[in-house]
Amino acid sequence: MKIIVLMKQVANKDAILRINKEETWIEEGDLSFEVNESDGYALEEALRIKEKTGSGEVVVCSMGPQRVKSAIKDALARGADRAIHVVGDNLQHLSPFAAATILAEAIRNEQADLVLTGLQSDDYGYAQTGVIMAELLGLPHATIVIEVDASGERLRVKRELESGWYQWYEMPRPALLTIQSGISQIRYATLKGIMAAKKKEIKEVTPSSDAATTRPSHQRIEKIYFPQKTKQTQFLGNGDAKRGAAELAEKLRTEARVI
Amino acid sequence: MSAVAEKEIIKGGAFLIEERTPEEIFTPEDFTDEQRMIADTTREFIDNEVRPRIPELEQKDWTLARELVRQSADLGLVGAVIPEEYGGLGLDQTSGTLIAENMGRAASFAVTFGAQTGIGTLPIVYFGNEETKRKYLPKIVTGETIPAYALTEAGSGSDALAAKATARLSEDGKFYILNGEKMWISNAGFADLFIVFAKVDGDKFSGFVVETGEGVKTGAEEHKMGIKGSSTRALILQDAHVPVENLLGEVGKGAKIAFNILNIGRFKLGAACCGGMKLMITESTRYANERRQFGKSISSFGAIKAKLAEMAIRTWVGEAMTYRTVGLIESAIGDVKDPNAKLKAIEEYAAECSIIKVALSEYCDFVADEMVQIYGGYGYSADYPAEQAYRDSRINRIFEGTNEINRMLIPGMLMKRAMTGKLALLPAAQSLMDEVLSPSMPGFDEDEGVLAAEMKLAQNAKKVALMTLGTAAQKYMMALADQQEILMGVADIITDAYAMESAILRAQKLAAAQGEEQSARYLDITRVFCNDAVERIEAHAKNTLAAMSEGDELRTLLAALRRFTKLTPMNTIAARQRIVDVLIKANKYTY
Repeated sequence: MKIIVLMKQVANKDAILRINKEETWIEEGDLSFEVNESDGYALEEALRIKEKTGSGEVVVCSMGPQRVKSAIKDALARGADRAIHVVGDNLQHLSPFAAATILAEAIRNEQADLVLTGLQSDDYGYAQTGVIMAELLGLPHATIVIEVDASGERLRVKRELESGWYQWYEMPRPALLTIQSGISQIRYATLKGIMAAKKKEIKEVTPSSDAATTRPSHQRIEKIYFPQKTKQTQFLGNGDAKRGAAELAEKLRTEARVI
Repeated sequence: MSAVAEKEIIKGGAFLIEERTPEEIFTPEDFTDEQRMIADTTREFIDNEVRPRIPELEQKDWTLARELVRQSADLGLVGAVIPEEYGGLGLDQTSGTLIAENMGRAASFAVTFGAQTGIGTLPIVYFGNEETKRKYLPKIVTGETIPAYALTEAGSGSDALAAKATARLSEDGKFYILNGEKMWISNAGFADLFIVFAKVDGDKFSGFVVETGEGVKTGAEEHKMGIKGSSTRALILQDAHVPVENLLGEVGKGAKIAFNILNIGRFKLGAACCGGMKLMITESTRYANERRQFGKSISSFGAIKAKLAEMAIRTWVGEAMTYRTVGLIESAIGDVKDPNAKLKAIEEYAAECSIIKVALSEYCDFVADEMVQIYGGYGYSADYPAEQAYRDSRINRIFEGTNEINRMLIPGMLMKRAMTGKLALLPAAQSLMDEVLSPSMPGFDEDEGVLAAEMKLAQNAKKVALMTLGTAAQKYMMALADQQEILMGVADIITDAYAMESAILRAQKLAAAQGEEQSARYLDITRVFCNDAVERIEAHAKNTLAAMSEGDELRTLLAALRRFTKLTPMNTIAARQRIVDVLIKANKYTY
């Protein structure tokens, strides 16, 4: 089985974020980066499926500037077989539709049996790129997947729904799944894996001008800012302690949602 | 290593008499992607699998200790630097050192792991015969076999060669029969084999691989101040039969094994201290940010800022010294695979290894002590991390050769290299003395370039080292080894000189790569360190010179000293505030 895993490199979780001069994004100059969390679980799931079926190939695909190579190498060290790097300087800021278009083009010829992505990226958090890609590739898809059974002719996947509900879902292959974080224990990159990764193929591709320009983003970020802290004082009960207590309980229940 | 210029090998100890450029030295900024990933894997493993279980290890759960060794072996950490033909990965010393550094986050487990991969294993790697290597190494690499190192005895610690343990050849010539008692053996409680040093025929100090079995017993667990999660016991040998092929190297050549293995242990110990310091700084910074007094985070107070800044300064400088030394060793080893040649390359830098050991273990204790202080009352409580860190850190100044022994080794080994013609120390000292005694003062050049003034201070610090060492050699000649107070003072001067130059070169390399603005905080660190180091150097030099000379000679030497330690004090308070602001904002060690 050939499985493609889409992985994005995002700012490190503990990084101190500063807003750029244009107030349109974070300042990336001196940031450290890591693999998007749910993409790491997607890779782990792919490696497990490959191990269970006993054969096949896990191909990692990532998009962005050269620094993305470190995320790719990390995936190769953990066990992916080869990689496709869609190289470009501003690709990580594309709209989900534009990103999905370019990524779909980069992997279309691979004819994968399964395409896995993380549920969403930890930076923009659109949670749409995977779904749109499925549409562009003509694949069925399932989102927020927490378990995959690829042993049969058809796929069985478990999805997380609202309020602690789950859903088992059967679908044909090939398919695209977006994977939820925290569903398994991600393996370490062993030293052997790290050294073996040096010899694995990383194919660089550039998006065709067609994909990059004829599908312009229909959205842009106006302004980015830190949450503003505000302090408000409200007097409850209008002097009546009993009424004040009732109002407080109501507010704690409906506004603060702590009781 | 590609960032390090191809050059002929820099000689051990040459730092004292030669000048270097930033391109010539290896720094943490030169790590390859693979080396960084190896460090990441180690750190992730320690943080996820080991640190949460330290309390169980502290309760002497040796089954868990074995299990963690095995897990680390599965990742390849145990066999990283072991040659491939014995199941290892044959990686470079830098990778091994990065593993050691991150193990420094693992408290007691660092000691368990160090015995597993260092002192317990390397004697076999470097001195075992082919059969011994094939028999033991593959299972050590997988973590199935736990080795331990038994050198010290109740009556012989620093004086290791005075060991009383004996080995005699059996009548049929098939076994050595070992008797004696060894002390302070790390991993003894669950080890499967011991590297034991004993004397053949009463005087030939030799090394053996001794498997557990008849005649091999361990004592009760020692009640230690710290590293309580590592097993430490005595080893009792009563007519233990050891096959003759388990002799390491040759009969009577045990000292070479014991001391060479310690050289490696010393720079690895320095690296481990470095990892421990980074973690302690992160925890101290978090605590200082969270803890509020007088309505503010205590990290906003200058008294706390000064502490955190100095902790970061010593860590960054210590890291520069450690990896500079590893880089030296790495380039001396080159592509050599032969274990003897490898060992020789490491031995070349024995003085540097001792410098790393002394400096980093003391920086580490400084950081641990300040961590307790930042935590205040909570620092004294076993429910908070500072208390254990403080106790655990303390052993570093004692094992792998006490810091006193290592201090004496630093000038001792440099002098030995000088006397055997391996290092042109004496001509350098002579020409310096001529300079000192000549009435004309050398003119002061205008300093240009990044950290040029600090580089001048470092060069002068080396001159002070040469001046004190030269004066001592002249006065005491062969009896210099008995002048321990002088040697310790000289060692401290040499150590600070090495630290200054390592920091300057690392900062210059960073400034060249990132520009002065981006690297401003590293320049701050370097300037503050150099400023303070010069004052320490001056104090040590005054102390030793006044003990060795008097009258006109002393006056001349002190005049030269004044010239060499001439310093315009900088605003270290403001610089420390800039250094620490980065930590406080990041809420962790970021340098």
